[in-house]
Amino acid sequence: MTAFIAVFGRDLRLALRHGGDTGLVLGFFVLAVVLFPLGVGPEPGVLQRIGAGIVWVAALLAALLSLDRLFQADYQDGGLDLLALSDLSLELTVVAKCAAHWTASGLPLTVISPVLAFAVDLEPEAIPVLMLSLLIGTPALSLLGSVGAALSLGARRQGALLSLLILPLYIPPLVFGAGAVETSLTGSGAHAHLLILGALSLISVALCPWASAAALRQALE
Amino acid sequence: MIDIAADLIGEDLACRRGECRVFAGLSFSLPPGGALVLTGANGSGKTSLLRLLAGLISPAAGRLVWGSAPIEHDPATHRARLHYVGHQDGVKPDLTPRETLAFWAALRGFRTPRLDEALGAFALAPVADWPCRWLSAGQRRRLALARLCATAAPLWLLDEPISALDQDNQTRLEEVIVAHRADGGRVVVATHMPIEIAAAARLVLDDFAPTDEDATVGGG
Repeated sequence: MTAFIAVFGRDLRLALRHGGDTGLVLGFFVLAVVLFPLGVGPEPGVLQRIGAGIVWVAALLAALLSLDRLFQADYQDGGLDLLALSDLSLELTVVAKCAAHWTASGLPLTVISPVLAFAVDLEPEAIPVLMLSLLIGTPALSLLGSVGAALSLGARRQGALLSLLILPLYIPPLVFGAGAVETSLTGSGAHAHLLILGALSLISVALCPWASAAALRQALE
Repeated sequence: MIDIAADLIGEDLACRRGECRVFAGLSFSLPPGGALVLTGANGSGKTSLLRLLAGLISPAAGRLVWGSAPIEHDPATHRARLHYVGHQDGVKPDLTPRETLAFWAALRGFRTPRLDEALGAFALAPVADWPCRWLSAGQRRRLALARLCATAAPLWLLDEPISALDQDNQTRLEEVIVAHRADGGRVVVATHMPIEIAAAARLVLDDFAPTDEDATVGGG
């Protein structure tokens, strides 16, 4: 437990210190969302219809942005050896690092999403559902991303490879996350979408740490 | 839980990186208080052997035994009894030396490490609260070595520990190793530089390079 808290605390501290990853992720998220109204024009009907999708796509691209650093820094400076030799199994180390990544990216994205909902002219009553869908869905983004980050360790163009590996895996959270907001607006209720989104996150917690740890062991060889 | 009095024994170890055989037929025995100095040309497998001893890679042949228990049966116990200082320091530029040491100790499950003692042992007290990005290569090296003193472990695996160290700090390291061995600890040092370690067994890895015949058979 000491080691779990230590890994979580250190990664969070590194992400927050000196305006590190969190500022970058939030800045990207805001800019990406704000570009859409400029691109598609000011007709309110259009934006309103695609608003939830825009926020969700921007959120997963923003999460992706900081993922390449998840293991890369430790891999390059030898810290990964120490993590592998620690008291904590590599699977739990992955969980601790993903938890820190989510706290420094997914959680702030969720918190500022209402502001961006106004930028895309989303109905105010859909905002709670948008926040809830991001809160439930973004852990899956961090966990799925960890698999790609571990698999692409040591590759020369890690960022590009990571996007190719991970973006297809992000389709289910995107479909059900944006879908939840849409169904809440059409009046059919977001309940089912949110449950499936929760299931996706739970499946990710159960499976992704094993896959990431296996990839990390490969990288250590 | 940790059997301090047992010998660490390597039996007929072989190592392979990809298709290449690095060394083969290597055996040694390291009693409590013992020291083993690994020498050999670049690429002769010093780092590979240390990583193998740490359990980070598994041997292609042979086995590694602590007392009578093969370490592959209980890797978690083996991890708990060793300190591995690789040739990379693993120092994060945004953390201070004190935070870094506390993190390393917590990774090994220690909540109350001997931080001040460890920082003092390598004369790092004056820079203890600076961000590590301000440290020189030698200071980072000393920080990596300071974790040997922050938490106890009966087996130290040191990869080129004196690179980037000046004469004073080399002496400090030698003193720390003497104290560690006096307490029954054992140390394995891979180096191509002269380091003073009394009564150390030497292993020249060039002697265990696979012969051409082995290489053909093994490399296939």
